[in-house]
Amino acid sequence: NNSGSDFFSLFLQLYYQVLNFGMIVSSALMIWKGLMVITGSESPIVVVLRCIYLSVSPPSGSMEPAFHRGDLLFLTNRVEDPIRVGEIVVFRIEGREIPIVHRVLKIHEKQNGHIKFLTKGDNNAVDDRGLYKQGQHWLEKKDVVGRARGFVPYIGIVTILMNDYPKFKYAVLFLLGLFVLVHRE
Amino acid sequence: MNTLLSRANSLFAFTLSVMAALTLGCILTTAFKDRSAPVRLQVSRILLKKVEDFTGPRKRSDLGFITFHISADLEKTFDWNVKQLFLYLSAEYSTKSNAVNQVVLWDKILLRGENPKLDLKDVKSKYFFFDDGHGLKGNRNVTLTLSWQVIPIAGILPLVTGSGRVSVPFPDSYEIATTF
Repeated sequence: NNSGSDFFSLFLQLYYQVLNFGMIVSSALMIWKGLMVITGSESPIVVVLRCIYLSVSPPSGSMEPAFHRGDLLFLTNRVEDPIRVGEIVVFRIEGREIPIVHRVLKIHEKQNGHIKFLTKGDNNAVDDRGLYKQGQHWLEKKDVVGRARGFVPYIGIVTILMNDYPKFKYAVLFLLGLFVLVHRE
Repeated sequence: MNTLLSRANSLFAFTLSVMAALTLGCILTTAFKDRSAPVRLQVSRILLKKVEDFTGPRKRSDLGFITFHISADLEKTFDWNVKQLFLYLSAEYSTKSNAVNQVVLWDKILLRGENPKLDLKDVKSKYFFFDDGHGLKGNRNVTLTLSWQVIPIAGILPLVTGSGRVSVPFPDSYEIATTF
């Protein structure tokens, strides 16, 4: 057996794996961007990372029992759709990064289409005015990131685990690396 | 050790594909179902006050107090892909300053397994019925409807409105209760 051809076949294997990996990443990117175009929304998939619960008990979900941390919500943001009570909206408060996923409780819409509305988490005792900016009593269309139209449970659990337990993230990466090395034989 | 790893890998990949297919099946078989149901609503008492809105913008606004009866049979709405129903009773009306106003007066979470037949009498509103101004006084047409959001185990989150609604006029003056 020619040692040169061994070396070449090993190189081909590695090249193949790199291309494979590149294909997976670019497919995922294409799907993500495609969803952005179809739904007209900036962030078409939101992993429900953290819900704000207004109480002294340890932080739990403010939209339970409907949604829990780790569920995946599908959003659309068609601006022409009027905002009506009962809808679940994902909104961002000015100056805060994390979007909040709550239900619309009250709306007042003027003849010209300008709307102001109030939200509340299903599991909260009070509405969200305590969460809004100081002096802010209403949300407006510009605060809305998207509206929840569908959902799949548990999918984001891996992201949550990796966020909450960095050691788990390193363990997964280590195992993946180990697997790639072993598999190449 | 190599075959064990690759076996574990294929088993894991297969399990994921089967779960994904099952989830998709759940979603597709219930995506186009009609989730509406007949509802009977009745209003028994209305009282109108004028108070400073202490829940938010501190301006004097109309505050309504409504007592109502709800009866609905939601048994047909539940199927294998329904985790819970989020029910809400909302009032919709139009005023001089706002073309569309909607206020949720009462809500309830109905979990799968709980009694789907509702027959509630003399229910008081859970949330303060403040108007954005004085649009409730003398308002001839305030419509109450019962709606619900279907929360599936996986799939679409539709909002459905029940088929019964009731429209009531609000009194022309404050502090006088109207009973029906």
